[in-house]
This record gives sequence, structure tokens and C-alpha cells, in this order.
Amino acid sequence: MSESFTFYIDGVPVEAQPGMTILEAAQGAGIWIPRLCWHEDLEPFGGCRVCTVKANGRPCSACTQPAEPDSVVENDTPQLREWRRALVELLFAEGNHFCMICEKSGNCELQALAYRLGIAAPRFEHHWKPREVDASHPDVLIDRNRCILCARCVRASRDLDGKTVFGFTGRGPDRRVAVSSAARLADTDLEVTDAAMDVCPVGALVRKREGFSVPIGSRRFDDAPIGSDIEASGAAEPARQEE
Amino acid sequence: MSRPRIATASLAGCFGCHMSLLDLDERILELAELVEFDRSPIDDYKEFQERCAVGLVEGGCANEENVATIREFRKKCDVLVSVGDCATMGGIPAMRNLVPLEECLQEAYVDGPTVHNPSGLPPGDPELPRLLDRVYALHEVVDIDWHLPGCPPSPEAFWAAVSALLSGEPAELPPSLIRYD
Amino acid sequence: MTSQNESRVRDICREHGSVPVRLLDIARAVQSEFRGISQQSIDTIADEIRVPRVTVEACVSFYSFLSVERKGDITIRLCDDVPDRLAGYATVRDAFVEALGIPLGGTTPDGRFTLERTACIGLSDQAPAALVNEVPVPDLSSDRAREIVAALKRHGDPRQLVRKLGDGNNAHSRIQSMVHNNLQYPGEILFSPYHRGEAIRKAVAMSPAEVIRAVKTARLRGRGGAGFPTGMKWEFAREVEADRKFVICNADEGEPGTFKDRVLLTERPERVFAGMTIAAYALGASEGVLYLRGEYAYLLPFLEQRLERRRDEGLLGESIAGKQGFDFDIRIQMGAGAYVCGEETALINSLEGNRGDPRDRPPFPASKGFQASPTVVNNVETLCCVTRILEAGPATFCEFGTPQSAGTKLLSVSGDCRLPGIYEVPFGISLREVLELAGGEMAAAVQVGGPSGKLVGPADFDRRICFDDLATGGAIVVFGPERDLLSIVAAYTEFFIEEGCGHCTPCRAGMPAMLDLLARVRDGRGEPVDLDRLRELGDTIRRTSRCGLGQTAPNPILSSLEGLAPEYESRTGDAAAGLTRRFDLDAALVPAQAVPGRAPSHL
Repeated sequence: MSESFTFYIDGVPVEAQPGMTILEAAQGAGIWIPRLCWHEDLEPFGGCRVCTVKANGRPCSACTQPAEPDSVVENDTPQLREWRRALVELLFAEGNHFCMICEKSGNCELQALAYRLGIAAPRFEHHWKPREVDASHPDVLIDRNRCILCARCVRASRDLDGKTVFGFTGRGPDRRVAVSSAARLADTDLEVTDAAMDVCPVGALVRKREGFSVPIGSRRFDDAPIGSDIEASGAAEPARQEE
Repeated sequence: MSRPRIATASLAGCFGCHMSLLDLDERILELAELVEFDRSPIDDYKEFQERCAVGLVEGGCANEENVATIREFRKKCDVLVSVGDCATMGGIPAMRNLVPLEECLQEAYVDGPTVHNPSGLPPGDPELPRLLDRVYALHEVVDIDWHLPGCPPSPEAFWAAVSALLSGEPAELPPSLIRYD
Repeated sequence: MTSQNESRVRDICREHGSVPVRLLDIARAVQSEFRGISQQSIDTIADEIRVPRVTVEACVSFYSFLSVERKGDITIRLCDDVPDRLAGYATVRDAFVEALGIPLGGTTPDGRFTLERTACIGLSDQAPAALVNEVPVPDLSSDRAREIVAALKRHGDPRQLVRKLGDGNNAHSRIQSMVHNNLQYPGEILFSPYHRGEAIRKAVAMSPAEVIRAVKTARLRGRGGAGFPTGMKWEFAREVEADRKFVICNADEGEPGTFKDRVLLTERPERVFAGMTIAAYALGASEGVLYLRGEYAYLLPFLEQRLERRRDEGLLGESIAGKQGFDFDIRIQMGAGAYVCGEETALINSLEGNRGDPRDRPPFPASKGFQASPTVVNNVETLCCVTRILEAGPATFCEFGTPQSAGTKLLSVSGDCRLPGIYEVPFGISLREVLELAGGEMAAAVQVGGPSGKLVGPADFDRRICFDDLATGGAIVVFGPERDLLSIVAAYTEFFIEEGCGHCTPCRAGMPAMLDLLARVRDGRGEPVDLDRLRELGDTIRRTSRCGLGQTAPNPILSSLEGLAPEYESRTGDAAAGLTRRFDLDAALVPAQAVPGRAPSHL
């Protein structure tokens, strides 16, 4: 017996089915909870922490936390916004992100999230650690300078493509996406048509010869901020422009 | 009552941000009614004439001359704004931060495929400012009051920024005007 | 790689059943035999146990004791944890470097020796200490370092380094170690006389529900640091219907400054195994694992022998203590150098042959743990407490301690004190009393609970050791007035960066940013606003991190900012006229000055 129940996000009643996470339920109600590593076709990863909300006063990741009847969830609060800004800024500071030359610019979820959170300049020191680029594959390249370690490619390759081309090696700041070969992406069974190629939120895993084909002004986030599609779909009030 | 004075400079930048400011097109005439330009490539004053209300600086700090200039801007301007991605985070010049300085100089001046340099040394004339170990964003060197990202920031972003600063109510830049490309 | 090596690697896989769940053991065995797990070996293992290659590489890259590159036949791991630094680690390191002729992290050209640093190895009370392959070598000095290198060059056998045997079971034929117990203050619960089998026989004479009730009545809480009520954990797992259930003893004791489980495993292994058995009875589990940190590998033969003896005596295996239908056995899983594997869900992942990244909760291990089955993970000391509760009844247990923190606690005390070692004290004792017992009255600061705990100053010495006040898994490190506390804070912060798994943004990217800010303050380039930045960033990391490591990683900085603020404030200054103090022009010009022919400019 699957009985739906109600809980509250910022005072707004939201309906959920048993087994749904807070983020899934919010999505269905047209409430946008910022996120990076979550993807609707993949098992939640709980890694970026950008979807942090407070459930009954306790911080948790909305993408992994099951929704519970009558729980009180805070999403759009100044404190959560500050935490999320810091996390996005840390992602920029950790990698080597040069938006001005990146083929993903305008279609990039990290960038669009930074815009929506109002980030004008990073507060944290960049370490400028060079990270490996692997362009060995004829159709695909991986630029780890841009990788935010969201594991979408890892999960998609394993669960949607049945291949496990990608995995994480190393610990802590040395953690990186590795491929299932001793050396190069070209030696794996990755194909340009793999689902893993559709899920990267940034310009880390890209198809060759596709970049810059969409003119500025027509890119995914040029017209409306990230999350506005979710907000438009549901019953909740549309986003205020944050000041 | 004298008009507020604005100073501008490009440090380790391409001047694209200045071009975007000029892309205000006819609105530059409106701007000229509101402000007086002081030290700036726009009017070619090479030194500060007076203390300025606003300093707009594009480009980061790649060498010691950039550092001297931004320090002077900090001393002479009430409000200092880092303009464009090079100023706010290092920009294209900061791509050299991934490579040790000595390797950069070696490649550019000695080993590069089109280089003809019989001395085998990077140039070392005292007239040349020394390069810093890496390219720095401006707020890493001096206190910056306001950031205007973009490559370049759009004319609309410039207009919004300058209007807000001159009216004395600088608010956070609205997300619609924040761009990194 | 020769085909001989390849076939040997395949044999090793087969010796472990060629199954993915044994990947950690396979990797350890290959590392031990070949001193490294080469790229070709990774290919072979992946092929033999039929997992994606990147899964094998993930395992090899995760643990400190595994490597792709070939290490020396003898690997010397010098502990550089804080107590070792206080006791002269740097001098010892320099002596080793000179005697071996290689830098730290290097391997001799003949492939005989590798010299590395390593995090706490559980010998803080006999520091500076090292591991030479699996042999712990405490009480090092620069003279001793030179002797050791000379001896190893002669005989090449780390076991021959053992001169004077330690006390108690350290001298046992199956241990033969120089390690000391330093049991300064044995107490009523853990070091009371032990009669093998007594607790189990009493347990099986009750029902499992009654056993759980006894543990709850005793108000036992976990002794690893988190303090979760043990009876409640057992009850959750008991209530889940499942074909298999597991009892895991967390012997990964990695919190720097903690070495009390080492002493329990050495002197009271029977209590540990009995505690696991009682837990199994309470839950309905038939399989148990002792996850033993790699640094304690020297205890493995002894512990295996104790298990064997229990099997012979009917205390493990089928129909334990004569109870029909109660079957349970224990296997020992060795770790390979990863502090985060002390977190229970990371431990479970590691046991399954995966990276030791913690898991999202819910689900909790009690409902879905090892191999998706109900699993109880308990600390070594917790399981020992269980045996006492069953032997002598709950009342004898909770007559010690406080209402919220019943019983006694083992403390492992080290640092600037006269009597480092093990203290079994009642919960509720003040820190000051502990310092008096250990001869650390001159303390200027104490790290209570390891780096994930708190650094406190004298204003806090009258606070009490218990879950509600100064909580600790056992570690107490004492610092005298002459110590540079910010360098200690930095060392503990570096530890968390080294040991974090990297799964989540705040810990992975945020902790290095904390260290940057701290470095600024230590270098004299800090401004008062930097202290606010530390507090804010530290709060963000604590509140948004995914697991206990990230949630406590900012503690060294945050707790010292709170309790020892003058250490920071005295080193910050205001920026003159808006020129940020953090920018050092002279330092930034150093590489330019090194360029040949570069004259100073006219500026």
C-alpha cells in the first residue's frame, strides 16, 4: 500500500510518496533545491552537498534524505544560501576553471549555479594544481581541470551503460576520475553515444567537435536561471530574483 | 559641485573590458555628464590628478609593476572595483599558473619553435618589470570593494555598476548581470 | 611483468576465492610479496576476480600501505603524529635519511629500503615510533635509528630488531614485541580478572532479548568516540528479519593519540571475542569480523591463535557453550592504512572490497550494512564492557560514571606528561584529575578526543570526561607551556586532509582552504577578518559534510579559536591602508630572481 503523505518545505506543503527523497518530492512540487551531483536517471551520490537543506533543524543532503511525514524542511534561507555559495566557490577554487574559453560555458550547471547564487568573485585561494587532460579517444575528451568529482559519469557508465569505464582513485584532494585502462581513455570501451557522455554537468567530459556550435544567447542558461524550468513546472511560486 | 572622478587601468588584461565600457555607445555621453575621468587610457592621463571616487581596474597582477599600480589605485580611490575575469580571478593570463615561471620563460623566449634568441636567456633588462610567481587576482593584493566579472562584463553590467556606485548604494550585482564569459 | 609473476598473482587471487569481496586481502598479499601492485598486476587481478579494472585501481590507490610503485623489501614508516613530533621525530627522521642516503618518501636504488612518514600508529606513549614492515619499533632516537639501519643492512630481517621484549603478552611467543602496555591505572571493569567463557555461559542461559535488556540497563554507550547506546543498536539489528546478520568489531583504532584498543587486544583479546559472541547471540548473527588496522598486523598470529583455542573449547563455531543452534565464528580482516575506515560505513565498504568511502545514511548498518544485511559495528572497548556486564551484572557496571555516561573509560594519555599510558577511569572524572594522575599538571593545553575532539586550555581543565562534556574515544594528548600550539593545530588539520576520502566538497575542498587561512596567520600575514573567515568556513564544513570525518575536521582550528584565541589574535594585524597582508611581494618575486641574467628592475 503506497500512501502519499505531506511534509513542508519553507512552509509550503509538499506531497510525497513513501521512498521519495526530499529532493524528488520538491522536484515534483516545482520547488527548486540547488544541486550538482544529482541526476534524475542516476542513484543519488550525496557528494556535492549543494542540495543541503535542514530537515527538522538538522542539515542533510536533500538528494539522499528520505522525505518524512510532517517534517519541516528549510530550503530557501539565508544560511543555506551562504553554505551553498561557499561550496560552489570551493569547487571553483579547487579546480582550474577558465569559463571564458570553455566549450561548456553557457550550458554549464556549475557556472549557472554560481550565477544564480550571485557569486561575483571567489573568496578562496586557488591552488592552481594542474590536472590531466586525456584527449586520446577519437571522439571524446576528459579535462580534469574542470571536473567537480560529481560521479555522474561513474554512475552512468556503471548503471546505464553497463560498462564501468570510470571510477575514483586516490583519497582526499588527490581524488580523481580514473578510467578502466592502464593509461588512456582510448583504451577503454567508452563510446561517444554512451549515456555517460550526456550527464557531465561541466566541461570535463565532452564530445569533440561540438563545442561552441550553439551561439551565445541560445545556450541552455542564457535566457533563464538554472532551476527556473523546475519552478515553472510546479505549483509553487516562481523564484524571486535574488538580490 | 564637482563631478565624481573615475580612474581606470588595465593591468594584466587585454583591454577588452575597456572596449566593453566604450560599447556603452551613446550612453557614454550620459556618463561624461555625470563623471570626470582622471587617470585612464580613455583620456590618456598617465598619472592621478586628484583623489578619485571610483577606480575601475581590469587585468590581474602578473608582474611587479601591476602590483605598484593597483596599490596606487587603492591609495587614491575611495571605491575600487575589479573589472573582468582577469581582475576577479586571474583570467587567461592565469593559465600560466599551472606551469612554473621558469618553464614559461624558457618556452616563450628560448625553446619556442619560432624563437630566435642567441643569448639563450629570457630578457633581463632592468626596464622590464619582473614577473610574479603566478598571476594574482586583484583582491589577493589589495582590498577590493566590488567585483564585476565577465569576459568582458557587458555594457549593461558596466552601466548598472557605475550607476550604483555613483548613487552611493552599491548592492550585490543581480544574477542576470553576472557572467563569467 | 614476467609470466611467473602473473601466474603467482592469479594464484594469490585463487587462494582468496577469486571473489571481489576479498579484494583488500588479495591486494595486501600481492603488495607483501611483490612490494607493489603494478599496472600489470592490476590487469591480472581485474581479470581473475572479474571486476572492472578501475575498481581494482580504486582499491590500490585508496590505502596508504598499498602502492603501484615497488617499495623496498623493507619499508620503514616513521610516525609523524603530534606526540612523536614532541618527542623528537624530526631528529630521528634526519638520522634515518642520512643513514639510508634517501629522502623521506624515497627508496634506495638497490630496492632494499623505503623510508616514509605515516600517521599515528598507536604508539603515542612510546614515541617517537615507527613500523619496520610489520614490526613496531618504539622509543626511537637518532642513535637507535643508525643502529637499526646498520642492523637491517646486515641481516635484512625486521624481526631481528626486537631486543628487549615488552611487558605482559607483548612477550608472548606469538607476539614477541618491544611494545609496552604502560598500563598505569587498571580499573574495575576492563582489567578485572577474567574467566574465559563465564560471560558467554551467562548470556546463553538468558534469552537474546534479556541480554539486550541487560546491556540497556547498564546504559552502555559506544566507546569508539560516537557514544551510541549499544543496547539500542543491537535491538535495531535484532528486529530486522534477514537470512544473515553480522557482528563487526571495529579495531581500526586510528584516532591519533588513541592506543587503548591495542592494549585490550594484547591483554584481553578473550573479552573482545566474547563480547562479539554475545552480540551475535543477541542479534541472531552467525558471522563475525574483527577489522584490525594494518598497523597492528603484528598482533595477528596471536589473535588467530586465541580464536583457534576458543574453537577448540566450544566458545566459537557450532553450538557455542552448548547452546544448540547458536553457531558463530569470527574472521580477522586486516586494514591497510586508512583512518576513515574507522567510520563504520566506510569500514563496511572496505570489507566489501570497495574504496573505504563512508555511505549515506539512512539506511543505517543495523538495517542494511555488510552485504545489505543487518550489521552491528562495535568498538573493541565496548565489546569488553559487554562481557563485564554479563559476568557481574549491569549494576556493577553503572555504579561507576554518571547518569548519561555509565561505567569506566579507557584513556590513552601521551605527550608532555610524566606517566604516559593507559588509564581506566570512571566517566565524570575531571580533566584536571587525569592530568594529576598522569603527571601532566603543567599543561598549557590538552587535546581531548584526538583531532576530532577539542583542544582546550586551563580554563576548561575542571570540565568532566563524559559524553555530555569533554567527550573522547580515549585519546588525551598533553601540551606543555613551551609548545607552539598553532603548529600542533596545523599538524592535526593536515591529518584530516590526508585521510579524508574526498567524496564530498566541504571536506575535500574546504579543509585545504582552512589550512591556507591558518598558514596565513602562522606566517604573520593574517588579518583579524581571517579569523572570522576560519570560523565561518569551519562552520560550513561541519554542517554540510557527509560523514563524521568532515564534521569534525575543522575542530582543531575551531576549538582552539574558541578556547585559545590569543594564540591567533597575537599573530594577526590590520591591513595597512587596504594593502592586504596576505600578499608578500618579495616571496612572489623569488622565481623571477632565480632566472639567470635577470637584473632587479627599476621599480
